[in-house]
Amino acid sequence: MWSLLQIELYKISRRPRTYIAFAAIMAIVLIFQFAFKADGQSYMNLMLQNVQDNFEIDRSKAINGYFMCYIILNTLLVQVPILVALIAGDAISGEANMGTLRLLLTKPVSRTKIILVKFIASFIFTIVLLIWMAIFALLVSMFVFGIDDMLIFRVKGDESQIMQITKDDVLWRYIAAFAYAAVALTVIAAMAILMSVFAENSIGPIVATVCIVIFFTIVSNLNVPIIDKNVKPYLFTSYLVGWKGFFYINANADGQPIKGSIENWPAIRNSLCILIGHIIIMLGIAVAAFNKKDILS
Amino acid sequence: MNPIVEVKNLSKSYKEVDAVRNLSFSVNSGDVYGFLGQNGAGKSTTIRMLMTLIAPTEGTINIFGKTLHNHRNEILSRIGAVIEKPDVYKYLSAYDNLKLFAKISGVKPTRQMLMQQLEMVGLDQRWNSKVSTFSQGMKQRLGIAIALVHNPALIILDEPTNGLDPQGIADIRNLILNLSKLHGKTIIVSSHLLSEIELIANRMIIIHKGEKIVEGDVQELLDPSKNIVQIETTNNEAAKQIIALSNFTEEVKQSHQHLHMQMNKNRVPDLIKYLSDKNVAIISVQSKHSLEDYFLNLTKSN
Amino acid sequence: MKSTFTKIACLFLLVGNSITTTAQDINVLVQNVKKKIEKVNDYEAEGTMKTNVAFLKIPIAKIKLYFKRPNLLKLKSEQGVSFMPKGAMSLNLNHLFANQQYVIIDGGNEKINNQLVRVAKLLPNDDNSEMVLSTIYIDPANEVIVKSKTTTKENGTYELNMYYGKYIGFGLPDKILFSFNAKDYKLPKGITFDFDDGSSQKAKTPIAKNKKGQAEIYIKRYLINKGLSEKNFQ
Repeated sequence: MWSLLQIELYKISRRPRTYIAFAAIMAIVLIFQFAFKADGQSYMNLMLQNVQDNFEIDRSKAINGYFMCYIILNTLLVQVPILVALIAGDAISGEANMGTLRLLLTKPVSRTKIILVKFIASFIFTIVLLIWMAIFALLVSMFVFGIDDMLIFRVKGDESQIMQITKDDVLWRYIAAFAYAAVALTVIAAMAILMSVFAENSIGPIVATVCIVIFFTIVSNLNVPIIDKNVKPYLFTSYLVGWKGFFYINANADGQPIKGSIENWPAIRNSLCILIGHIIIMLGIAVAAFNKKDILS
Repeated sequence: MNPIVEVKNLSKSYKEVDAVRNLSFSVNSGDVYGFLGQNGAGKSTTIRMLMTLIAPTEGTINIFGKTLHNHRNEILSRIGAVIEKPDVYKYLSAYDNLKLFAKISGVKPTRQMLMQQLEMVGLDQRWNSKVSTFSQGMKQRLGIAIALVHNPALIILDEPTNGLDPQGIADIRNLILNLSKLHGKTIIVSSHLLSEIELIANRMIIIHKGEKIVEGDVQELLDPSKNIVQIETTNNEAAKQIIALSNFTEEVKQSHQHLHMQMNKNRVPDLIKYLSDKNVAIISVQSKHSLEDYFLNLTKSN
Repeated sequence: MKSTFTKIACLFLLVGNSITTTAQDINVLVQNVKKKIEKVNDYEAEGTMKTNVAFLKIPIAKIKLYFKRPNLLKLKSEQGVSFMPKGAMSLNLNHLFANQQYVIIDGGNEKINNQLVRVAKLLPNDDNSEMVLSTIYIDPANEVIVKSKTTTKENGTYELNMYYGKYIGFGLPDKILFSFNAKDYKLPKGITFDFDDGSSQKAKTPIAKNKKGQAEIYIKRYLINKGLSEKNFQ
């Protein structure tokens, strides 16, 4: 299994396509940082709205490394599924397209093992991608923009909130958020692999995965009450943004945030369970389907 | 002799098509076994079933005396195969591909061993070139090197000469003969060209539309006594009855203009005289002594 | 008949006299309060501020308050990102009296926390003054302002409630409740791509409806008349 995984990782590492993802993340993050360095104030103005009528806020302090990372993740985590799909969606179908699947499956390795190894390889790729993202979005931002308290702007139902997390209470939240994001993106990987089983070329599953993610995300964010209640809970994309839950700090009765707290841990835990459930089910279907599949490519 | 491959009543049907129907055959140890059929005859489907790429609808496959279904990995570790195109990872070098597949096949490859393998197929000079720069023939040879890297007892080559130039075809042919004679490997070679099989195989099967037409010794099938004679007469109906009552052949088949029969070609003059005596005039007589015609004929008449 | 007239005249006199007396009193009282406040040339205060606004979940801030006569006042957070209420200028009671051009109207007596206080309304004469009307509630015994309500042209109404301790001699409070009109905060939906944890469907807390903002300022320590440099106000 280990040597098979090594081979799989070796194959991923030797393909130019792999590095598109890393380059894309680096480019997007750097563009973001440049834009905010140049004119972060207008974004702050947009988020603060009329709060500035009542309060004096040091916006340059508010635009710090921690805040930047949140903004970048907020945007990037919509796009990163595409990058994960780019690799995972290619896992089986790419080999089918290249013709190597034939050769691979006539080797004394079970198909279940092959799927699992490809899944683990995609998972590792996702983790490495997230670490790469953490380096640029968090560490570089911290270096460029400095460290200070973090403001979270949140729409909660019909209310909007501004939460402040003191700077000594932020880092562990990012570690938790990245771990959560790893699980969320692994759902995408599992889905892309599942699609990949049924296709003979890699474009199909990549596009299909991306389309599903985009479609579900749009529906998740429609803000139509009837959909919010009846459809949204059943879309896995609703849970992809659950990492933000780690930044929804709990407040006491007086409205003071409680250091080290999370407002709704059960909701995050449930989301995690739902995501992991998705991974298991999709991977299970992928294994079953792949074992039954006649290789005609 | 112990059969290495024993296939019984193998069938594969897709929604509407029966790709393989009730196919049985066996390959003995040391055989170069020719698998002959036109494109779409079911050769590939059968070979893919042997390699577990396709699950049979019915029937059993035993290889090395064990059922393939239950001992898949054990059996596959002793088989090397090139199925259709020899596709490998184009973005890797020949050496890296070979190393990678050696590992997957459960072999701990050494550099010396891999280079030896590449030398055998004549790729040692290009060992570090990316496969994307290779010609079809080079890819085919690399495919064979990969099939052989784990020293399998059974080698299955599906249309190994497809897309090769005459020199390439000759190289592959020599390689197969070497593997058989010098290394004692059992080899299954599929082809749609009888001339190919004729040169390398000792046993063969001909399949058509998923069914076995004939299986046997190549020498035997090439026996002049088993030649096909095709005649056209002024009255085929009468001729057929006359021949059937004679001892020239066991069976006469009739297609729209011709009669076909299996008989020793030395007796053709006697047959002509015999029919003339019975007032059946001969328009044409053709004796086909090559297996190719035999193959074409059988497949056509079916 | 005569006696009746006398009675009515006396009544008028009494009433008139009482009004004049009160008016004098309030003017004197305001002047005394002003004098007391003017004893302080500058100060540097240290303390904490707790902000009570429905949409803000922010921690208690460590603050410093700098003042220099006549009208320099700066509220600074010592660390972190801070939300400093904009009407902080009104913490400077001097600005109530900064302009001599105002009319004092006696608002009579009232009770705040079981304490009798005198009410004075200050109306500026200057039409350009930012302040429209200021009502101050004075503790007559200690000659300090315990509450003020100021209506401004641009920034709505501010209310100050002040509680005094050991700095009462300088007219400086230990605790200030600063109330202001907080505008409702509403982000457009979909801008934040938030995680919907389902909690928003639960009953909303009544605080959410409260549009009144409040800052509670607790001063631990004043450094008075130490000659503050102006760069603290930048």
